Formats: sequence, C-alpha cells, structure tokens
Amino acid sequence: MATPGRALPQPTPETQHFWDGTKANQLLLQCCDECSKTYFPPRPFCPACGSRKVSVTKASGKATLYSYVIHHRPAPGFTPPYAIAVVELDEGPRMMTNIVECEQTPEALVLDMAVEVVFEPQTDTITLPLFRPVLAKG
Amino acid sequence: MPHNTVAVVGAAETTKLGVITDLSQLGLHADAALNAMADCGLKPSDIDGIACAAQETPVQLAHYLGITPTWIDGTAVGGCSFMVHVRHAAAAIEAGLAKTILITHGESGKSRIGAPPRPVHPQSLNGQFEQPFGPMGPPSMFTIPMLRYMKTYGVTEEQVAQVAVVQREWASKNPRATFRNLITTDDVLNSRMIAWPFRLLMCCLVTDGGGALILTSAERAKDFPTKPVYILGTGESAETPMVSQMEDFTSSRAFRVAGPTAFREAGITHKDVDHLMIYDAFAHLPIYGLEDLGFLPKGEAAAFIAARNTAPGGSLPLNTNGGGLSYMHSGMYGMYALQESVRQMRGIAPAQIPGAKISVCHGVGGMFAASGTVIFSNQAP
Repeated sequence: MATPGRALPQPTPETQHFWDGTKANQLLLQCCDECSKTYFPPRPFCPACGSRKVSVTKASGKATLYSYVIHHRPAPGFTPPYAIAVVELDEGPRMMTNIVECEQTPEALVLDMAVEVVFEPQTDTITLPLFRPVLAKG
Repeated sequence: MPHNTVAVVGAAETTKLGVITDLSQLGLHADAALNAMADCGLKPSDIDGIACAAQETPVQLAHYLGITPTWIDGTAVGGCSFMVHVRHAAAAIEAGLAKTILITHGESGKSRIGAPPRPVHPQSLNGQFEQPFGPMGPPSMFTIPMLRYMKTYGVTEEQVAQVAVVQREWASKNPRATFRNLITTDDVLNSRMIAWPFRLLMCCLVTDGGGALILTSAERAKDFPTKPVYILGTGESAETPMVSQMEDFTSSRAFRVAGPTAFREAGITHKDVDHLMIYDAFAHLPIYGLEDLGFLPKGEAAAFIAARNTAPGGSLPLNTNGGGLSYMHSGMYGMYALQESVRQMRGIAPAQIPGAKISVCHGVGGMFAASGTVIFSNQAP
C-alpha cells in the first residue's frame, strides 16, 4: 500500500461506479441527459434540475490547482507538511485531492497550475484519484 | 415574520469559561440554562419550549432541567445553530406554539467530559470524497478556500494577521476573555504554522463553556426584570457539508442568503448597524462575513480591518468580546456571539459601545456549510 493509515472511503450504491472507475484508472463524472450539467460528487440525479436521467462520463483527468492549505500537523498516513488541495477539472466540477510528484511548498504549488490525475491504489478495492503537475513541454 | 414582536429576556453564559473540569457537557448546558433563568427570574416550570444543537438533544435537556415542552427544536447545523434556534423560536412564539423558550448550549470542547467524539463516517460524502486526502478537522478544512480568495483580491498574510491583532485589542478589554495580552502582526506571523497560510494565532482557541437564552413575546418582555433585547430580523441558510464543493471559494452562499434575509426582515440598512458580531473560527471569517453581509464590496474587507475600522474606536465595532480567536471557542461558538450582542444591547458589555441600538450577529456552521443571522435592537417596538 502506497500510503497506509489514511482514511479510506467506503462506497455506497450511489457512488460505487466512481470507485470502480478509479480502480480501473478512470475518473468518472456524471452528466445530466436533460440539462447537460456535469457534476460531482456522484448521485443518481442531477443537482441542477433534479432529473434522474443522467449518464456516467469519463473525465479527461486534466485540471488546475484551485486552492489548498499545507497542513503542518500530524495525520494518519501522511508526513507533514502536506498539501490538502482542491482542483478544478476541465469539465467543471471541483474535487478535494492531494498533489503528488511535487514539493509541498507555496513556491511549488502555484494556484491555477495545470495538473493531471494519477491513480494511487490503496487496497484491493480502493484507488484514490490524486493529481500531479503537468510538466511544461520543451 | 413580523419583526420586533419577540425579545430576549434571559441571557447568560456558564459560570466559568475556559478549562472546566468539574462539569460534563450536559452539566455545562444546565449551568448556562440555570444562569439564564436566574437572570430573568424564571424556574424550569415556566419554560414551555426548548432548543439545543447538541449530542445532548432537547429531549435530554428537557428531562434533565425539568421542563415540559410544547415546542422542541434540535436543529444542529454546527456553530450557527443557535442563531437558527433564535429564528425558529421567534417564529414559534409568533405562531403561539410556545410562550417562553429556552435555547441552551454546553460544550466540553477542551476537557472532553461527557463529549463523545464524532468521527467522519467513511460512507458519508465527506468520508468518501474529502477525508481520504488528509484533512484533520476545521484547521485544515475551513481554511482551504482562503488561498483562492487571497489570490483573487491580492490579500496578504499580513492583512489576515491583522484580524487577529485587532480582535485581541477587544479581548484585552474583557476580563472573561481567555487571551488578553496585546499582540502584533509579527507575533501572528511568527506563531506556529498550522495549515499554511494559517498560523496558530489565526485559529480559534479551544475551551469549555456554554450559554443560554430565554425568549418570549415583546409584550410579555416588559414584565421581566431585565432590559428586553428585541429581535428585529433573522435569516438562515445552508450550502454544502463539503468545503470542496462551495460554489465560490471567495464567498459563502449561505452567508449571502441568511444575512440579507435578516436585513430585509429587520427593515434596516448597513448604516443603521452600531455593533457587529461575525463568527470567527479562523481569521478569514470576518473578511468573508463583512463582504457577504453587504457591509463592503468584494475584496475590500481585509484592508478595511487592517485600517482599524473594526477596532476599538473604529466606525464598525466587530467581535467586541474578542471573538473565537481570543475570547473563547468551545467548538460551536455562535452562542457566545449572541451573548455578546445581547450584552451590548443591554449596555453591560465589558467593551460597551456607547449608545449602540442595533446589533447584527452572524454565525457560520460547519465549514461554510450553514449560516444564521440575528439582528437585535434595544429599542421598544
């Protein structure tokens, strides 16, 4: 296990598809068939219009760093200081995550920088979607 | 709801605040409730409505205190629950559901006596989509939106630190405040890092305590020994239990609904406000509150505070008890903000604003999850 000790999710019927997705290295969102709203976290209806006609869609995994703190206190499964971040997916929704393959400093963690999803297995059933900086081409 | 028809007639905090090792959480509720009853000359048998936000529940409080209620409210939406209770209680009194309502709060936030932990369940939305990424409670959750705010409006860490400096000035005037020694911006910026950009002195303290309010109709309030504090307007709202899912990281939707609702109901403008309380679990909360309640345009509150407008002698006295940053904070702070508004309206606050007639008291619940606003006046209807 990459990071033993951290809190792990227990899927519910409404969220199982999301966690099945991350296990298969896919970041799955949902999109309303009626009003086209793309949303997260998962639920079997659209939070914008209430329609139950929704589809699961695969996200690009591309995002930008929206906001964060760098936590300096101890936490199970983490070595402080570590950033607790929120990223904004290219599809619109935001999600909490960690930024990996990056120094956990204000200088390295620049708001609005491009990040992309990486999938980090925790157990046989749970894989977490984390994000890493997209290195500039050149 | 028609305004000015309900008043606070009893108000008190627990006998002690700070570290209280001789009372459980339930005992803190009772201590505050008995103090509030003594404040206005009532007995438990005079109370016919009860509200609390605690694990203790209104059922337990009614039993423990010896109250037979015709109205109960266990609304528990975090630290602003008490503002919401005031709103619900005022409506209940208006509707004739109860005549004399007690709102209690007790919290063994520091000593944790009779205060069982409430872990985040791994099947909850928070447990699935936030907790795995390492947040450890409010200091590393409530603070997450602020970096986006700071970038959007060019606010500096020094300006955020000023919030704590100014509130300590108010606390220095309050013998009941936990921290009373004056501090400088450097003191704040050199204090221990908790969750960058937040340092220790930008975070609320953790204490034990409680408070209680007793409300009745404005008409009956005249017969009580205390100076009535009338409820001019109230508001409430909710946004999301997940801070990561706030619509706008620079503004609270719950604030933007609850605050203006209360102002409309009260029929007042911002110019009419003599005294303001904004729940400050962390130093960014007064900044968001000043803007989302409409006192200032977006992006201007940090500079407004740094320019001492909310400090002693300033045009808009804010968090005059010292706030959650310096006065006390047992976990759900809203009750203590309400108590300070009532003291200011009664004219008995340690740092009394001379001639104050209208006080706005604004609370937050959870991490920008919910909100409640109460506008008080000491002017008879």
